[in-house]
Amino acid sequence: MNGLLNAGQRIAVGSLPQRMAPLAVSAFTAACAAGTGVNALAEALMAQRSGLLRLPDMRPTPDWAGPGEAVATWVGLVDALAALPLPAALTAWDCRPTRLAWQALQLDGFTDAVAAARRRWGAARVGLVLGTSASTIGDSEAAYRQLDADGGFPASHRNPRLNTPHALAAFVQLALALEGPAVTVSTACSSSAKAFTSAQRWLHAGVVDAVVVAGVEALSASLIHGFRSLGLVSAAPCRPFDAQRRGLSIGEAAAFALMQREDGQSSDTGLQLLGYGESNDAHHMSAPHPEGLGAEAALNAALARAGVDAAAVDFINLHGTASAANDAVEAALVARRYAPQVHACATKGLTGHAMGAAGLLEAVICLLALQGRGRAGTAQTAAADAAFGPVFAQQLRLLPTPGPSHVAASHSFGFGGNNCVLLFGTQEGAARS
Amino acid sequence: MKAQRLYIDGIALWSPALPGWALARQALRGQTPAEPPPPLTPVHRPSPALLAANERRRAPDSVLVALEVAAAAVAMARQDAATLASVFTSTHGDLGIVDALCSTLATNPQMLSPTRFHHSVHNAASGYWAMATGCRAASNAVSAYEASFAVGLLEAATQALADGTPVLLVGFDTAARGALASVNRSQGLLGVALVLAPLKTAASAFALDWACEAGTVPLPPLSSAAAMALTGNAMADALPLFEALALDADRALALPLGPAGILRLHTSPLRAL
Repeated sequence: MNGLLNAGQRIAVGSLPQRMAPLAVSAFTAACAAGTGVNALAEALMAQRSGLLRLPDMRPTPDWAGPGEAVATWVGLVDALAALPLPAALTAWDCRPTRLAWQALQLDGFTDAVAAARRRWGAARVGLVLGTSASTIGDSEAAYRQLDADGGFPASHRNPRLNTPHALAAFVQLALALEGPAVTVSTACSSSAKAFTSAQRWLHAGVVDAVVVAGVEALSASLIHGFRSLGLVSAAPCRPFDAQRRGLSIGEAAAFALMQREDGQSSDTGLQLLGYGESNDAHHMSAPHPEGLGAEAALNAALARAGVDAAAVDFINLHGTASAANDAVEAALVARRYAPQVHACATKGLTGHAMGAAGLLEAVICLLALQGRGRAGTAQTAAADAAFGPVFAQQLRLLPTPGPSHVAASHSFGFGGNNCVLLFGTQEGAARS
Repeated sequence: MKAQRLYIDGIALWSPALPGWALARQALRGQTPAEPPPPLTPVHRPSPALLAANERRRAPDSVLVALEVAAAAVAMARQDAATLASVFTSTHGDLGIVDALCSTLATNPQMLSPTRFHHSVHNAASGYWAMATGCRAASNAVSAYEASFAVGLLEAATQALADGTPVLLVGFDTAARGALASVNRSQGLLGVALVLAPLKTAASAFALDWACEAGTVPLPPLSSAAAMALTGNAMADALPLFEALALDADRALALPLGPAGILRLHTSPLRAL
């Protein structure tokens, strides 16, 4: 295992980055439609208990779905958390995504772990990188439904700090009393996967000593109608990689992890971020490169940073949106690059596609697999599309299985061609590489 | 933290009044251009040559200004756009697009167009830049309210150091439109760009030393009327650095890095521009 190199020493060779020092995952938590807190999530994954609900069946139609007839699709809600108010001191920030974020922060001892990092390093040395796609746009949408006589926002919504992409990060920074740098990463569906990459660079440069990485996305009319306008939402629960897949089920989630340099004292989980890779397809705003060249470049960079061979990866959480194009491109990539016996799964049939929060939520599903809490299956899917061939049919696991994993990959491929692949491992997995 | 050194190989700025770094540099030095530009029909948005004419017509202002300054900074740095990693930072993204999106969603959501939806994602400019240049390198899209430029610079600087490769930084914001103007204060169109290099090259124009520290500072005062005229734009936290880069002298700056942090910068010119 290499040590932390000084800045400027890691000059890229060719197009591949050099190996990075693994980062310790000190704590993590998640809340999504399938479960709130890691125990509930792990149980739902093992039981294949889907959190998806049919939007037109909801009475009354929720405000966040927008006016008019409800879109005929299934969604992954975290209503139980969204119903709970914020503490009095934070009510100026009240909206659905900040409620989700606040409630998720209270789970799994996460705020205690952050408090310990704050005490150890000082609040100014703890940074925040939050990935979100639509952030608090639901609050702007609500204001537009009730504009005042002058055509401006109603007084109750005139909060400039809440009507901007950084609102969620500013809220979480305040809620956790962090004083280090804070950034919002918003690259559509890869947003919170990329939160880990900024965290690694900040720690490498010595800007901070700990980073809270976050992914938060709440349901909003822009997401539901935006994907409907693209013909990408499914009328039935999404069926990733199935021949009968007909598009996405959109979900909401809030997930967090605390990352520190690996120094033997920073990990309470024994888990590490081994590597990451980022790329752009340079192809189309809302469709993947047909040969998956961008996704493969991200995978290559992640393997190079981790110093791991693709054959060592034993668990994959696929992007698996159940869109026709994503799943075809991703299945081909997995079949040509990973071992035939790898356990690959797509979990969006349980959670919904949590958009900007999906990267972090699915990183948590990888961390649970590495903790030996089970390897998720691919709910809703009857069989892998025969068009993807026999290797992928073996790789894609429809049912969850118990048993350990040592090196896990998470794929996140987003709009604008934005790709990110993360590799996590147990200390044993890291030692094997 | 210990100060880190990078080099600035490319510099660009575009606003309707200052369409390009050559004009902007003179204006940010407080000088009237020796030869005033020929009177033109006012240009409200740029026409980046990277985009085909039909794409230029359809593209939002944010994408046009981002691609205009990105291409200019990369040309000055003599870098290959197809291999450069990039960071796009913007406080609000494209407020005209967000206004149109929210208006449609409030009245007749079934009428939302897929083009408007994909233009609304915060990484639209990043995606268009990658497509226009064929660049598959990492590209990021970030935001940090009134510290969006400073935090974007931190993001680009840490990436250049971690990977040992040059990184393109682009900052832009647009004017608030419609009902959003009652809550988001942003005026005019402003784009800025830098190419940051970890090692000195023949194109390096400035050495840039940077470090983060705890504390609070106000945004440094501006000295030129041209920069002061741009402070209504939400990317205004870029202006102190671009004023410094218009000078032939060393400058030290402290930029607010969010509510409790400071980004210390020191610029030293390496050659006469």
